Amino acid sequence: MSNKVYVAGVGLTKVDEHWWTSLEYLMTEASLKALDDAGVNKVDSIYVGSMLSPVLQEQGHLGALLAEELGLSSVPAIGVEAASASGAAAVYAGAREIESGRANAVLVVGVDKMSDGLAEEVTAAMMIGERQEYVGFIGATFYSLNALIYRLYMDKYNIDQEKIALFPVLCHEHAVNAPHAQYPFKIKLETVLNSPYVAEPLRRFETTAIADGAAALVLVNEETGKKLDSPKTELVIEAATDYLTPFQREDPLWFPAVQLSTSKALERAKLGRQDIKILETFDATSIMAILSLESSGFSERGKAWRLLEKGELSLSGSLPCNTFGGLKARGHPIGATSVYQIAELHLQITRRAGKNQVDNAVAGLAQSLGGIASTAFTTILREV
Amino acid sequence: MVKMNSIVIVGYGGYVPRYRIRAEEIARVWGRDRSELPVEEKAVIGLDEDTVTMAVEAAKIALKRAGIPPSKIGAVHVGTESKPYAVKPSGTIVAEAIGAVPRITAADFEFACKAGTEALQFITSLVDAGRIEYGLAIGADTAQGRPGDALEFTAACGAAALIIGKNKSEGVAEIEACTSYVTDTPDFWRREYERYPHHTARFTGDPAYFHHIVNSVKALLENDGYTLNDIDYAVFHQPNVRFPLVAARLLGIDLEKVKPGMVAGSIGNTYAACSLLGLVKVLDQAKPGERILVASFGSGAGSDSYIIRVLEGIESKRGLAPTLDKFIERKTYIDYAVYAKHRRKILM
Amino acid sequence: MFKIKVPRYWRHKDFRYRLNAWKCNHCGETHFFKPLICRKCRSREFIQVSLPETGKLLAYTVVRSPPEGFELQSPYIIGFIELDDGTRILGQVTDCQPEELKQGMRVEATFRRIREDEEDKIIAYCYKFRPVI
Repeated sequence: MSNKVYVAGVGLTKVDEHWWTSLEYLMTEASLKALDDAGVNKVDSIYVGSMLSPVLQEQGHLGALLAEELGLSSVPAIGVEAASASGAAAVYAGAREIESGRANAVLVVGVDKMSDGLAEEVTAAMMIGERQEYVGFIGATFYSLNALIYRLYMDKYNIDQEKIALFPVLCHEHAVNAPHAQYPFKIKLETVLNSPYVAEPLRRFETTAIADGAAALVLVNEETGKKLDSPKTELVIEAATDYLTPFQREDPLWFPAVQLSTSKALERAKLGRQDIKILETFDATSIMAILSLESSGFSERGKAWRLLEKGELSLSGSLPCNTFGGLKARGHPIGATSVYQIAELHLQITRRAGKNQVDNAVAGLAQSLGGIASTAFTTILREV
Repeated sequence: MVKMNSIVIVGYGGYVPRYRIRAEEIARVWGRDRSELPVEEKAVIGLDEDTVTMAVEAAKIALKRAGIPPSKIGAVHVGTESKPYAVKPSGTIVAEAIGAVPRITAADFEFACKAGTEALQFITSLVDAGRIEYGLAIGADTAQGRPGDALEFTAACGAAALIIGKNKSEGVAEIEACTSYVTDTPDFWRREYERYPHHTARFTGDPAYFHHIVNSVKALLENDGYTLNDIDYAVFHQPNVRFPLVAARLLGIDLEKVKPGMVAGSIGNTYAACSLLGLVKVLDQAKPGERILVASFGSGAGSDSYIIRVLEGIESKRGLAPTLDKFIERKTYIDYAVYAKHRRKILM
Repeated sequence: MFKIKVPRYWRHKDFRYRLNAWKCNHCGETHFFKPLICRKCRSREFIQVSLPETGKLLAYTVVRSPPEGFELQSPYIIGFIELDDGTRILGQVTDCQPEELKQGMRVEATFRRIREDEEDKIIAYCYKFRPVI
């Protein structure tokens, strides 16, 4: 039986275009906040997730770099990468280390700083998570691949764009009271539907923008947790992988890695889907959110839009989703994003979600995806 | 002059890019008289095309008609004045793209608008000498005229490819005779690092184009014992729609024999591809037993002429790939601004 | 930042120029680059094949926000195509405007420039698709 993993502290920077601060500064800031929140000043190891820093900042070796910035040199520290799920990959590594009994406390950080790149550079950099020699080579972009999937989805289920475009509207509604959100304002469905195409049918307001951010967690074992005063949640994380290119898969509209990691996580947490009271879904685009909802079993196939339409995913609905705005409105600083997702679940379950507090937030689930679900992490947080 | 032993065209193909600009549109931009334009319109490449890609298109069409595996091709020669690389052969890229590598010889020829028939001379020689079983000769160009210059009205894009072999039963046509007539006549040139060519305007007429074509054709007919009655079609290089007709008149050839091979009016002067595209157009309509006279012209200057007799094989092979007219009729008009973008005339 | 690296470009020319690929002897899965083991059935035996050059367009989109290296080509079309042997492949669709495309229409492979390195001037060629002529 492996050791239990607790989240004992979280630290978030505001998602923004941080012109005046560097990648190093952002990840250090989030780390210090998390250490302070947990009430610890030392950890046994550090894991840093980032996708774009080797390209946009030409900076690797983030483990030792962060340890140095924190004055924790000598601590084992490792950079972890799994495309847009890099942050969750760092959580996975940290959690496994606690479970194995090799560490009592681990600092996990996710970071990316996209504003250091021009739009074309960022668009190109995003493709390092795809098969470059095939898909990148022909000039396909992350959004164009999403657009193809979007088209296939609308055709298969005969669904209009306005049903799917409700997702960003929901996200913006939830971001209004989120202090760390990049876009804390409401938008109308017409705004989404009238925004220009990025790659038809995908419109700009169904995608995310250039964002900088860092988020950090302090993970501890049960014994260490008992000694800390900070509010805690229990964490279970599972993962699965799939082909890099969704168009090589049997069915591009089904994410087996999401299905698999969700089932594994629920099983290990001994929870059913009905026990999950908050959901953080990976809405890098509107269609990605829809397909994740379906592949994870929270909706029937072809029917995720109904959850939106019926208001089930709102803060007052049966399954509040993306309660601080999700990728769309809280922002999507790629490698940091999945750590934000988990930190937000932690804030909800520890009753520190402010105006966005969900009433019966006893257990929540976060989907974190690398690429188009080529890597899927499912993290479950529950009350302790 | 050169009598050949059973040299046959086993496959042929012509390619014209999709975009067209009307000569009127060019005249509009430069304020020229629109009443006497040298061509109606000309073909322009897309943003993702160049001489090599067009050569591959033409070669693949020729391969479809030839029905031979590309690995049997022993030589790929591309005639062009618009190589994508100043140094690095176009022939290797074409050969790789069609799957003819690696047991081949490959090279590029330059002789202004005569480069395509020049490549054909070498390919036929290699086949004739028994050095190779099949060879691929291509004329392809993305010709450029200086903005506002007379040449800008005609300088166009296209490619033509011929696969040459020895076996008459495989042939669509037999090359019965050929000759070449060359002198140093500087009517058109481009120096290294220069973007656009220079030319000597009307000097290109009598001393260059007409002198070389007329003498080349006369030599061919006289030396090989052909009379004008033996010729059913005559294809001349087409720098505009008028010159080929004048050449025919000078040679005493009925204009009706020239018209079936005229392509410049609707696609412009495709330089190294030009006379070969005329030949392709004639092969698309000729009957077995008919004879075609082809005379190219390349500035600098020279003319290659060929006597080609259509074989029975044409009937079964013609339909294996799209005819040239399919490409000529497939067209999208662009204005001068888009043309300038496609031809990278905009300074960035 | 994202240059054309010649050895990488050159290495895969069989696929990019001629759609030469590898099929698993056991399950028939198509691999575009020479595999060591089949991603689907884990067999290690393959045969080299020339993929058919015609197929039908399953879906398409237009890249309006291009990556570095493709700025001057944008907007351009990306298609998801099912070749006549059932192989599914992504490729640019050229020689047409998006309005001319319909899902299910026939397309054929064509050899085009995919990119040009602004600095090194190397030209990269690749298959694209176009409406059948």
